[in-house]
Amino acid sequence: MRTTLGIMATYTPTSPIDHVGRGHKPPAPPLGGGDDGRGGSGDIYNYGSRLRRARLGLACGIATVCMIFISLTSAYIVRQGLPTFSGETNTYVRDWGKTDLPWSLLGINTALLLVSSVTMEFARRQAARRAAQAPVAGIPGVSLGNEKSFPWLGITVLLGIGFLAGQWLAWGELNARGFYVSTNPSSSFAFLLTITHAVHLTGGMIALLWAVRASLLNRPVEARRIVVDITAWYWHFMAVLWIYVFALLGFAR
Amino acid sequence: MATPATVHAHAPQGFIRKYIFSLDHKVIGIQYFFLALTAVFVGMFLSLLMRIHLVWPTAVLPLVGEIKPETYLSLLTMHGTIMVFFVLTTAPQGGFGNYFLPIQIGAPDMAFPVLNMLSFWTTFVGFVVILAAFFVTGGAPLHGWTGYTPLSALPSAGPGEGLGADLWITSIAIFCVASLMGALNFITTTLDLRAKGMTMMRMPLTVWSWFITAILGLLAFGVLLSAGILLLMDRNLGTSFYVPLVVVNGQIMGHKGGSPLLWQHLFWFFGHPEVYIAILPGMGVASQILSTFSRKPIFGYRAMVYAMLSIGFFGFMVWGHHMFMSGMSPYSAFAFSLLTMCIGVPSAIKTFNWLGTMWGGRLRFQTPMLYAIGFVSLFVSGGLSGPFLAQPVLDIQLHDTYFVVGHFHLIMGVAAIFGMFAATYYWFPKMFGRMMNETWGKVHFFLTLAGTYAIFMPMHYLGLAGGTRRYSQYTEVAYLQKLMPLHQFMTYAAIITIAAQFIFVINLFWSMFKGPKASDNPWESTTLEWITATPPPHDNFGGVTPVVNHGPYEYGVPGAAKDFVMQTDPAGASGH
Repeated sequence: MRTTLGIMATYTPTSPIDHVGRGHKPPAPPLGGGDDGRGGSGDIYNYGSRLRRARLGLACGIATVCMIFISLTSAYIVRQGLPTFSGETNTYVRDWGKTDLPWSLLGINTALLLVSSVTMEFARRQAARRAAQAPVAGIPGVSLGNEKSFPWLGITVLLGIGFLAGQWLAWGELNARGFYVSTNPSSSFAFLLTITHAVHLTGGMIALLWAVRASLLNRPVEARRIVVDITAWYWHFMAVLWIYVFALLGFAR
Repeated sequence: MATPATVHAHAPQGFIRKYIFSLDHKVIGIQYFFLALTAVFVGMFLSLLMRIHLVWPTAVLPLVGEIKPETYLSLLTMHGTIMVFFVLTTAPQGGFGNYFLPIQIGAPDMAFPVLNMLSFWTTFVGFVVILAAFFVTGGAPLHGWTGYTPLSALPSAGPGEGLGADLWITSIAIFCVASLMGALNFITTTLDLRAKGMTMMRMPLTVWSWFITAILGLLAFGVLLSAGILLLMDRNLGTSFYVPLVVVNGQIMGHKGGSPLLWQHLFWFFGHPEVYIAILPGMGVASQILSTFSRKPIFGYRAMVYAMLSIGFFGFMVWGHHMFMSGMSPYSAFAFSLLTMCIGVPSAIKTFNWLGTMWGGRLRFQTPMLYAIGFVSLFVSGGLSGPFLAQPVLDIQLHDTYFVVGHFHLIMGVAAIFGMFAATYYWFPKMFGRMMNETWGKVHFFLTLAGTYAIFMPMHYLGLAGGTRRYSQYTEVAYLQKLMPLHQFMTYAAIITIAAQFIFVINLFWSMFKGPKASDNPWESTTLEWITATPPPHDNFGGVTPVVNHGPYEYGVPGAAKDFVMQTDPAGASGH
């Protein structure tokens, strides 16, 4: 692995830029590729740029998930406000209906997910710290002390499973109260939004298990950190998304 | 430590890892290219059947037998869907974009090679699923490529609306997922893997077009995906998102209160950006080729970039112009109409700049150049009917006529296809290491240009004369009888044009094995794909990372030694 010093040594300030930027001020380095000061081949595979690339990819993925939920929300609002012609009364009526959601159970699930987001953040910071210490730890005679490796990842996995199980119970509770996916538009959307969120969260669970696997197999700390880092950001996004779904179901009934 | 860098440097061994489940963006690009080539022949065959049926309604055709009205509708549906998704979206972006985006920015591969492989194979599965719709009970769906509800939401609404329609929606959903993975990869690659010196404003316009297309795809396909999920729920779980109280064959369906217009809004919010997803890469390729073969810098590089960005931006605000017939408020229609005409401005900037690029240039009329000029021609003639259709008053008159068919085939179908032909003739030497035959390329070009105009121009007249679209037979309608000679003319033109495509295919495969060997830079182009070997090595530049010192189109620079300056030439080479 190349150290920071190695990069400095091989870095050559090549090629002046002849017609970029205004006046004599040197142009600001653009984000990402292009002129960010990387030189030499193979550098795009170093740890820092791999992390940045993974985060950028994740940001694109989050944008997509946002679009999915924005379109579902727009369908929700349109369908809710839609008058339906009723043959019985010969007038337009609202057929949105009511769904009696199990609020206390959903509240517990929300709490579980929020706590899991916190534990995930601890796991992320733990991985980042280890990755930062890795070059020093390799030097003979240097001891970093035995940092307690608290199993934050494992706890997050358990809390995530708890959330999914809680959602499963909530769907069962809805069925028990007589609300099915086709009962009325309101219940259709309640199931649609919560299940779509759960599917995306399951994706996060798979990533989490992948991260656990990476640490069990003792993969290089940098590789582990990248997996943990993007999983953590996705997991936080899932928590925020759940709050949004929860609020939508709660306030726009 | 086995970093991916060392892993990556060695080309994979073994047939399966090298050609089937390859992680190399070049192999994946070629896979996309051949998938689209297969799809375009399927789609073209379907259109041939439709054209023949319109003129000889009683003819019994090979493979399909007698064409009933519902058969005609399923041909129409499958033609549109296969062409839009598996050709127009697949080849320019997945094919050429995959192959050349990393090379043109000086990267060894895409940002996420495994994701890239997954997105190709997901697309492939989507294609297999949609083809399966032909072979299930009831056959392929009838609801058109736009899948309007409630027709598409009721399995009992027609023979193809059962399993066939479920397969159709599933295929679209699979395609959405594949496109999202691809878009994510393109955006990250463009932002993060550019070589040293390759600033955003030094990227070739092709790279810009793939980048903007990827952004459109990232934002649009998610919406289609959720619309498709709602449709599947309406069909299979008894919900009423789209379906109001309907009676089919005297039977009341279980739905009530849904809004068919909700589908149209969600679909067209995707559908209009999709049009630009199809055409933007063609614009990029046309810019690249016009500049190269005019031996002049592209006229107004920055204006071209900003025009593409604003076309992409406005593309998300004009979906309502597909829905003027839906009884929308005149105020909404006015806003959509105005925003639609705004797109005329960046489009005109682009056309002006293409003409400005050619003006006074030392033009080389080789096949790629001919196709690029053909692209501009079709873009203008197809695009000019756009502002007509953007008028709600005119659109209500013309919407269900062949005028619209002529419009979107010229601009979105044929112009985009010309972009792909231009790209094929231009990049073939780099992809396969040999040159394509020039003479047959030119024959192919002139036949295709004349043929496509002969097919699609008369459609405008047909539409203005009241020729309705989606009718399988004109024999029962008295006033449409007078239009039959026009239909016959279009059918003959279609047969000749389709026959001419075999010239292309034979040229393609013959040149792949027998064509003369290509040099590294046969067109004397300036961008990075032409500095590397032909065909490029596994890591694109043979272990070297290019350093970029020049913009992409430095042709005919005063004081330079040659009439073109490669992007990697030393900084002083252009004489400043």
